[in-house]
Amino acid sequence: MNNDENMNSEERLDRLAETRSQPGDHSPAGEEFVGEEGPISIGAVETEEDGDPATSTQLDDTDAHGRGEGVGEAQEVQGLSQGQIVLRRFRRHLGAIFGLITFFLIALVSLLSMGLGPINGLWRNQDPNKYFDPVNGGEPTLQFPSWLGGSAGGWFKLGPFPFGQDELGADNFAQVMQGVQTSLMVMLVMGIIVLIIGVTIGALAGYYRGWVDNLLMRLTDTVITLPVIVVGAVLGKLVYTLPAKLNAPDKVINAIQDYMPVELAIALGLILWPSMARLLRAEFLSLREREFVDSARVSGASNFRIITKHMLPNAMGIIIVNITLLMSTAVVLETALSYLGFGIQSPNISLGKLISTNQGAFATRPWLFWWPGLFIILIALSINFIGDGLRDAFDPRTKRIPSQAKMDRAFAQRARLQGAGAAGVPTGGPQVDGPSTTGATRSGKEKR
Amino acid sequence: MSNDQHSPDHLSTSSTESNHLMDETPRHADPSPAGQSAPVDPTAERHVVTDEAVKADLDLLPEDTELPEELRNEVARGEVILDVKDLSVNFWVNNDWFTAANKLNYQLRAGEVLAIVGESGSGKTQSSMSLVGLLPPNGRSSGSAKMRGVELVGLKGPKLRAIRGKEIAVIFQEPMTALNPLYTVGFQIAETLRTHFVMSPHAAKEKALELMRLVEIPEPEVRYNSYPHQLSGGQRQRIMIAQALSCEPALLIADEPTTALDVTVQAEILKLMRDLRHRVNAGIILITHDMGVVADMADHIIVMKDGEVVEGGSSAEIFGDPKHPYTRQLLDAVPHLGSSTEGHDHSVVTTLVAREGESVPLMEGPADVTPALLFENAAIEYPKQGRKPAFRAAHDVNLRVDPGEVVGLVGESGSGKTTIGRAAVALLPVVEGSLHVNGRDITRAGHKQLFPFRREVGIVFQDPGSSLNPRLPVGESIGEPLFLHEKLKGKALSERVEKLLDSVELPRAMRNRYPHELSGGQRQRIGIARALSLQPKLLIADEPTSALDVSVQAHVLKLFQNLQEEYGFACLFISHDLAVVEMLSKRIAVMRHGHLVEVGPTAEIVNNPQHEYTKRLIAAVPVPDPHKQRERREFRDAMLRDVVS
Repeated sequence: MNNDENMNSEERLDRLAETRSQPGDHSPAGEEFVGEEGPISIGAVETEEDGDPATSTQLDDTDAHGRGEGVGEAQEVQGLSQGQIVLRRFRRHLGAIFGLITFFLIALVSLLSMGLGPINGLWRNQDPNKYFDPVNGGEPTLQFPSWLGGSAGGWFKLGPFPFGQDELGADNFAQVMQGVQTSLMVMLVMGIIVLIIGVTIGALAGYYRGWVDNLLMRLTDTVITLPVIVVGAVLGKLVYTLPAKLNAPDKVINAIQDYMPVELAIALGLILWPSMARLLRAEFLSLREREFVDSARVSGASNFRIITKHMLPNAMGIIIVNITLLMSTAVVLETALSYLGFGIQSPNISLGKLISTNQGAFATRPWLFWWPGLFIILIALSINFIGDGLRDAFDPRTKRIPSQAKMDRAFAQRARLQGAGAAGVPTGGPQVDGPSTTGATRSGKEKR
Repeated sequence: MSNDQHSPDHLSTSSTESNHLMDETPRHADPSPAGQSAPVDPTAERHVVTDEAVKADLDLLPEDTELPEELRNEVARGEVILDVKDLSVNFWVNNDWFTAANKLNYQLRAGEVLAIVGESGSGKTQSSMSLVGLLPPNGRSSGSAKMRGVELVGLKGPKLRAIRGKEIAVIFQEPMTALNPLYTVGFQIAETLRTHFVMSPHAAKEKALELMRLVEIPEPEVRYNSYPHQLSGGQRQRIMIAQALSCEPALLIADEPTTALDVTVQAEILKLMRDLRHRVNAGIILITHDMGVVADMADHIIVMKDGEVVEGGSSAEIFGDPKHPYTRQLLDAVPHLGSSTEGHDHSVVTTLVAREGESVPLMEGPADVTPALLFENAAIEYPKQGRKPAFRAAHDVNLRVDPGEVVGLVGESGSGKTTIGRAAVALLPVVEGSLHVNGRDITRAGHKQLFPFRREVGIVFQDPGSSLNPRLPVGESIGEPLFLHEKLKGKALSERVEKLLDSVELPRAMRNRYPHELSGGQRQRIGIARALSLQPKLLIADEPTSALDVSVQAHVLKLFQNLQEEYGFACLFISHDLAVVEMLSKRIAVMRHGHLVEVGPTAEIVNNPQHEYTKRLIAAVPVPDPHKQRERREFRDAMLRDVVS
């Protein structure tokens, strides 16, 4: 990270040098001020008289123009593309970085331990539904190291069943990790579906307006009215009864039931896209009034090109933020549905289903709640934090204000430096006497 | 208790008399208690009684909400109200303190106008806002600013609040955003009053109406209950001024008070402020970039550049004998109206003027040339939008632009000049009449027919920040028309882009930059390069320099002139600034309320306008020369008086 920043500042300097030496708004060479006496250079005049090195660098800019509005912010983002600016802002968001790390750790542990689909993971028990003889009365064998107040000595001790066993002796760790995978899968599939449907509908409605907008938005309104819980319940019922009623072969019935989580994710995606479509439509409505869209149209770009090349990249911030937040909703929704018994059912495993199955054992085996519950919270929270960080990073209005103490320190230091500088150089900045006394006593600088 | 002096009573006589009163008696000078100034009407009587009753309560108010001791006595004309010494403003950016304003020194006396002039980023606004503690959280001021002995730098909390609005008032640039859209304007004036004085709602309303009369709002009783959006821009700015004056501040900070307004409205607001100067005993800090406004108003001027004061002096000194090169550059960069006066013969009138109920006829042109742009009896509409009905923004337009000719289109905001520009590039439909571009009828052309037409026209938009796609490097933006029409790719494309960058005098390396990294002037050059990429026969320039600083504007205009000579395109140059249009164009068309009112050669329009509106428009343009401006002002006032009588 440190290296990175060094490089950035170097790059910035290079860019600065490049602008200075080339014709342009910042340069004396290419643009001469057309006045009666021809081009005049302020820099030369000023530096002659005041030898202050701090001001002379500024005055190299001999052109007669202002520094431009928001010059401070411009300095901050000089030489960076939009993507880089967003990345930089995101990196500063501590919560988002923690969220990101937590999320990746969870995904990594889950994938490494339980594998993916047919590929086996590293955990010794790859079947979460297999029963074992109870060890330690089914209690978790995970032991914390002594520096966390545990009894395991220097490091964690996993034991055969780190998260304990349920009443039947199944491995809770394998179940929870499988459940985490289900949650992540639901999240991903739903995200992709929402992205496709929501972005298409929102973009078309916002760009074309008129009857297209009306039609699509009424469709959106209709979808919004669908109650998610009921749809999930109906889907669960259908998946288990419909194929049998249609006399489908066993293989098909089994396949449909095996892929229940995917089907649930698709169903959720088909219900949750309206919020994305509405947000994007609003964004497109405002974007299409921007002049760069007009200028693309005047240069002869087709509607498709305007939407994909000019407008969508500018709406990227909204899309990304919204999709992350929707994903965390999806995780919670899936667990809620499964808890109610409407979502994912045996033999598939989900975190919500784990809680619901073990409901009766709350008093005797509380660990069967803690672990799935902890992972639901961690996943949803970390995604929310990432979403928050992204929102701030994409919002051009967010500015980082450092702590008061830090600013005070820097201010004091600067004042000290200036004090030292002023001692060396007789007179510092330019001075102007009050208007009432002007003419009579001008500072030497303007007298010339 | 100093309640007598601070009670706003002495304005609450009837409207016609108050002006006289204000003229003769200096502020707060009336030594008699409020009750004895004997208002005539019974309502005022009542509010005086309330005030007396309230006085007893006042004594019970906690001391700390009151003004500092030094500020309680009245202001005398000529007294130094603001003494600024070594005032610096810094911003915390990128882990460092960035100097926005460095060591300002000035004094302001009551009754004087001090203009702080500078271009964007010169620190003129921030240095003044630091006086009222309105810096953003990462900003900080240091040094000293004493207002009649009270140190303003570092002032916080109740003490600062007592001074804000009461002793220092601010007039902001954009009255629409500075007024709260949810409350009536009358309420907002009364609110300021009731914050600083213990006053009954009724008395506050009386006083607010009085102030509205003072700033010449027509029918103040009706307007009192209007919301900001129901008023025109000029009226909103008047309300802002009334609000600022409500507590009779000793110091008035006007931050670009007329920048958002049209010239004719600007002239009225400036007249109002000039009148007020003599009536209220306040010192005014006028922050502006417009040298014309400065010439009109200021007694003393400070010129700022990059946070430093480069020159200061009286108005006559700065305009008559500018010492610092930057000041000279700044003055030279301002386009002067009337530069085409020499050699103009007043006896010949060739301009076409709109008569009552008729529109300007089409100007005859040489028969053998196909006009580059030809509107014939054209009406342009903004299409229906949901429940919002279609809006006709231009009626019965007859306009002709010949190849290689620059025609200026002038008008105030809402006059429909941008509409004409957008119709000329087929962004808006022509619903009546016809529109020909380079001999091609595009009145009812569809998407397919328009494609070849797009090659032949280009447009430069007003806001360079908005007209470039922020997600594309500018090189790609410039190359897009080339890619779409000539199917250029890769090396061939980048060669062309580099050539275009050369022609607008930008470094080639800039093509990989993003728009936000460029300054306003650079962005506008990119906009011009893109518009010229296909070497169009017709260029529409829609206020291309109105968002730029004067000196940058001067560069861009010069560049534009050179390019026009080089490429020889026909151009419709749309602007609200008559001086800019005069500089560039051969003919000028004046537009008002969606109608063209006068079309003619530039010299004639500027020097011998025929239409009443054109005359008013030209008289309202301030000229950056105090003496000339005074003459023009007197001429204008006389003209307006004639119109009234």
